[in-house]
Amino acid sequence: MELKNNIKGIPTSEFNDNEYLENYIKELEANGVNIVLSKVDELINWGRSNSVWPLIYATSCCGIEFMASAAAHHDISRFGMEVTRNSPRQADLMIVAGTMVHKMAPLIRRVYDQMAEPKYVVAMGACAISGGPFVNSYHVVNGVDKIIPVDVYIPGCPPRPESLFYGLMQLQRKIKVEQFLGHKQR
Amino acid sequence: MENIKKLILNTVPTAVIEEKQKLTVTVDSNKLHLLAKTLRDNAELPFDMLVKLIGMDRGEELGVNYLLCSSTDLSKEIVLKTGTTDRVNPLLYSVTDLFETAHFNEREVYALLGIRFINNPDMRKFFLNADWNGYPLRKDYDANPELNPLSLVSLEMVDIAPRIMETADGKLVEENVNIFEDDDYIINIGPQHPSTHGVMHFRTSLDGEIVKKIDVHSGYIHRGIEKLSENLTYPQILHFTDRLDYLSANINRHGLCMCVEKAGEIEVPERAQYIRTIMDELNRIDSHLLAWACQTNDLGATTAFIYGMREREVILHIFEKICGGRLIINQNVIGGVMFDIYNEFQKDVKSFIVYMRGKLVEYDRFFSHNVIALGRMIGIGNMSKEDAISYAVTGPAGRGSGWSCDIRKHQPYALYDKVDFKEIIRYEGDSYARYMNRLDEIEESLHIIEQLIDNIPAGDICAKTKAIIKLPEGEYYSRVEACRGEFGVFIESRGDKTPYRLKFRSPSMALVSAMPLICKNEKISDFIGIGGSMDYVIPDIDR
Repeated sequence: MELKNNIKGIPTSEFNDNEYLENYIKELEANGVNIVLSKVDELINWGRSNSVWPLIYATSCCGIEFMASAAAHHDISRFGMEVTRNSPRQADLMIVAGTMVHKMAPLIRRVYDQMAEPKYVVAMGACAISGGPFVNSYHVVNGVDKIIPVDVYIPGCPPRPESLFYGLMQLQRKIKVEQFLGHKQR
Repeated sequence: MENIKKLILNTVPTAVIEEKQKLTVTVDSNKLHLLAKTLRDNAELPFDMLVKLIGMDRGEELGVNYLLCSSTDLSKEIVLKTGTTDRVNPLLYSVTDLFETAHFNEREVYALLGIRFINNPDMRKFFLNADWNGYPLRKDYDANPELNPLSLVSLEMVDIAPRIMETADGKLVEENVNIFEDDDYIINIGPQHPSTHGVMHFRTSLDGEIVKKIDVHSGYIHRGIEKLSENLTYPQILHFTDRLDYLSANINRHGLCMCVEKAGEIEVPERAQYIRTIMDELNRIDSHLLAWACQTNDLGATTAFIYGMREREVILHIFEKICGGRLIINQNVIGGVMFDIYNEFQKDVKSFIVYMRGKLVEYDRFFSHNVIALGRMIGIGNMSKEDAISYAVTGPAGRGSGWSCDIRKHQPYALYDKVDFKEIIRYEGDSYARYMNRLDEIEESLHIIEQLIDNIPAGDICAKTKAIIKLPEGEYYSRVEACRGEFGVFIESRGDKTPYRLKFRSPSMALVSAMPLICKNEKISDFIGIGGSMDYVIPDIDR
């Protein structure tokens, strides 16, 4: 499969980090691809990538920027993500928006474990990526990836809604190249 | 204040009175409660509001500073200091029976400094887990991460509170009390719940759908800002203030800048004062709009949420044009502001004022008199004026209970003594009074901006400061009116370029500490609505 999946009509060349996705595709297709089932996969992925229901794990400032993204001006529903689920069992995507501290660490792990597969995690903002301005603190976890695996990192303090959307589109591109049925068992 | 000094010496003859930035009284730990009670109950000028309770590691002794002020005139202030040299088992007397707001603050001091308070009904650690090793704000704290490793094991909730009580014959008794009764039905609201406005954990016991008791657990976003600040220079600390209560970012930063400017005797140019005041008021409108939007959303009106966010976006665009930030606006610096206004700033703000006035009418028409909204706000979450003072609940919530507590009126800073504005006070004390207060305050803020926007004088935007700002030795306090109430800064300087101790007074902590009181005997569904009307921001509490 080639990397040609356009999101909202934006061509592939407009995105950064295409190399990473190409390597990902190569790895997935290392054992060959089933012609029929991979077409079914494309259909499934088209649907999945356009209805990613997020769970907002908002602990601080970035949560407000997410609210701004969800409101009328920026309108996250253009990406099919306006259905925020507060129950982890109904969510596909966890957006970690804010600082993660020691007291919270077991709880975010528990919420992540309660989410059904396939599931994705976006680390929004400097704190979720690395601890941000509080990196030297005694109570701050230096990056949410110490606790759960992360798919997309969105830098900023807090990231603008536009950067959030860019990150979410990167996630959609990642979802679009995945294989569910067409993947040959090794 | 001369009479107050006499009163202090009559009550405690050994008290040491000093005239610093504030009148400072140092007393022995066993006399503090008596003195605080006398000051609170004196008829001439009752000091009945505990503004800040600051735990301190003073080197050889551990101590507490209490900033008291009078609820009738917030500019009358007095500082009480006490301490103990016992670093192994430090004990002080609690003032929780005098000022309810001390309860959470004393628990915070226990978690961060290890001082336990005799007669506090509940001496659990506030921010940190019970098994946390060491007391972070002590100067000899061992920050080795191996002592407190990251654990992913969920802890059992233990509803047993240790405490130390003094019996009638003066003996100290350590005991454990159960917070809930054995057959209580308890539900957890939070820490990750969309309606708690952040990561707050309310353990709520219910009788049917009536709330019986609420136990507040905090610290799920405790970042240790006060400890971090002790190793940073003053300009470096500024960015932390924005991330406390991020919705009143500019005002918090104004508070810290003012404190440093007062201590370092830095004169702020008038143009900077104008820009600061206008930005503060725009920030207040922004915050109140978001509060309005979230409260309506909590009451089930999703459309209203979209409306509030739409108007807020207009302000954010002005912020973006002036300094590039939307939520965190790095505008204030020590000595002035970082960026000058742009050419069309006045035009943008004036057109916003006209636009916003029209929208306020619209809000009033479609939500403020809606029968469902009225039914869920009027008479719900009542707080009396006495409770508001005892819990130190300031801001729109305190003024909704009939307490005049606007720092802008009582202790004018920046340009607030030059502009004409009303302090919005309502006397009902319910959710609706707090709701209406916010909408009216938006109108007052527009009025303040209107008076200033055409008169911005020419000149510098920032005073020249030394490359390294060192504050002279001393204790410095400043208080500003943030969007949720009074925001305070305390700096103890030992003449260094970094503060020896920095403490922020967060308005939201007082709001949350009053939640168990005002939600008692209300329905569980109204708990969410009351929370929306109090409008607390959790990272402000946890710091």
